[in-house]
Amino acid sequence: MTLSTETPQRGAPESATRRADTASDGADRAGWRALATQPLLVLAGLLAFAVWRVNATLTETEARQLGWAALWRSTREHLLLTVTAAVIVLALAVPLGIALTRAPLRRMSPLVIGVANTGQAAPAIGLFVLLATWLGFGFGTTVVALVLYAALPVLRNTMVGLQGVDPRLVEAGRGMGMSAAAVLFRVELPLAVPVVLSGVRTALVLLVGTATLATFINGGGLGVLINTGITLSLDSLLVSGAVLVALLALAVDWLGRVVEHVARPKGL
Amino acid sequence: MSETTTPETPASDAAVPQRRVSGVAIRLDGVTKHYPGQDRPAVDDVDLEIPAGETVMFVGPSGCGKTTLLKMLNRLIEPSGGRIHLDGEDVTDQDPDKLRRRIGYVIQAGGLFPHMTVATNIGLVPRMLGWDKPRTATRVDELLDLVGLDPAVYRDRYPRELSGGQQQRVGVARALAADPPVLLMDEPFGAVDPVTRLRLQDELLRIQEELGKTIVFVTHDFDEAVKLGDRIVVFDIGARVVQYDTPDAILASPAEEYVADFVGAGATLKQLTLTRVGDVELEQVTTAAVGTDAAAAVAAARAAGQDFVVVLDERGRPISWPTLAELGRATTVPATVDPRLPVVGVRSTLNDALDTMLAASQGGVVVTGRREALAGVLKVEAVMAAIRRSRAEVAG
Repeated sequence: MTLSTETPQRGAPESATRRADTASDGADRAGWRALATQPLLVLAGLLAFAVWRVNATLTETEARQLGWAALWRSTREHLLLTVTAAVIVLALAVPLGIALTRAPLRRMSPLVIGVANTGQAAPAIGLFVLLATWLGFGFGTTVVALVLYAALPVLRNTMVGLQGVDPRLVEAGRGMGMSAAAVLFRVELPLAVPVVLSGVRTALVLLVGTATLATFINGGGLGVLINTGITLSLDSLLVSGAVLVALLALAVDWLGRVVEHVARPKGL
Repeated sequence: MSETTTPETPASDAAVPQRRVSGVAIRLDGVTKHYPGQDRPAVDDVDLEIPAGETVMFVGPSGCGKTTLLKMLNRLIEPSGGRIHLDGEDVTDQDPDKLRRRIGYVIQAGGLFPHMTVATNIGLVPRMLGWDKPRTATRVDELLDLVGLDPAVYRDRYPRELSGGQQQRVGVARALAADPPVLLMDEPFGAVDPVTRLRLQDELLRIQEELGKTIVFVTHDFDEAVKLGDRIVVFDIGARVVQYDTPDAILASPAEEYVADFVGAGATLKQLTLTRVGDVELEQVTTAAVGTDAAAAVAAARAAGQDFVVVLDERGRPISWPTLAELGRATTVPATVDPRLPVVGVRSTLNDALDTMLAASQGGVVVTGRREALAGVLKVEAVMAAIRRSRAEVAG
């Protein structure tokens, strides 16, 4: 029978918990640091482009296309296409993904995933042209094509995210008297958020890239620069368009990462 | 909620079976579960009466349907036939969500939601029942206290910041949140290490002592069933009830060879599992409160012919047991907590007490009653005497 000289907490075997407060603080800081590099790269790229643009001697055609107002209009069109398509994708694919993981529709999910897979496997340019011959040229058709193309990652990640939730947690929720909807909104969706959002980010980056094809069916956007550059053999236009699309994609990807970082549920 | 504010009774009275019952009776009439595509029903026509305020253990081999039967009690699995009565009321067709809010449910590892704090997890059912925030917060603190976790420390932690045993405690607290009369436990202690399991079992016995719920507990561990159960149901395939009786009766006369096999060969020593620490006479020892005069405590122990003193903290809980020589070196009784102090509850079995002594390499254990207050000390000699007595009884 001894008198211990140490003063550990009562119930020592069980109080050996992870000091998660400090650990997660550290992880948080590291996460933000990683997030900080990407916008710096984008800014540097933009700056380099602006410097080149101000100092370059341009032909009349080039100057018309690369005028600040024209550039701003193309970029705005491009963003509008991306955002419109993204909003529609979110509004369609997330609810569909949820529905396909519920008991009544679960058997249908391989079928729907198959269709979505085909949509993405089809060459984007083919999808654009086929839709245009059917629906006509313009903004609306472009958005439809983009939605078809970008729905898959969101749909699949919504389903994977929901299926990845430990079924015992769902049972625990139901077992304590939560309704199916309450379990979905308070347990399943919050836990699936990281996976769903990473699908959304993938879709956004896809959209920015694919929206360059809009120019072929009169949808506008930064693709116009690239297309004009190719047809008129004007490298300055071609490269400007490509660089701006790349910077836009990086910026959108970064925004997605920030949202993911902020929306990640605490405690995971 | 009243059960956590019951007047504190002296610890030595804790073993006296004058329990308050807040549970209700459950009756099963011909409950059957038939899964489509299977020849034999998973649960075949089970009749069972579970008395109010008792802990009934479901044991049997895996796949015998005991878990299916448990889940039919809160209708996580819908029975294909038969009726279920709770407190005399037929609940077979009641809205399952409403029914479940009256039945606590504990699963392995607690089933805590990882993205919610401990307080949010525990407060879920009260909030669903429309309690306001202050009332829920008070209840959460009460429950954390009940399961032996300091509310100020654990309230705002996330589940991953807790050990397995602590998660399980929070799981029990969550199930008790709205003070349901019935508690269903599905192999809750299956995923924790043996030492923690023993503590959790003691804790459950203590809590049940205070609350008197109706508990239905599924386990595959017969020792656990004997330790925790007021009654045990032994199931065979199809949830056929082979024997339903008190642990003593099942150990003394197994109904079939099947039960005898299940109970195991060491049945004479299993009687050790039946005897509670509170059933043998505990040694009363000299105690000293933290911060009092050490010399006085030493003198009192000498006068009583004892060579050690049990030190109690401000809530009357034993924290160390220094020898008189050790204590003599100090002027006041030190507040040092001995992490290796062997402690068992009064509802622990002699088996547990012996285990604890061996693990701590000590010749005795400190025994605690309600709210971890000191009940006495159990020496190894007393355990040996009890073993000899029980062997003599079995032989005679």
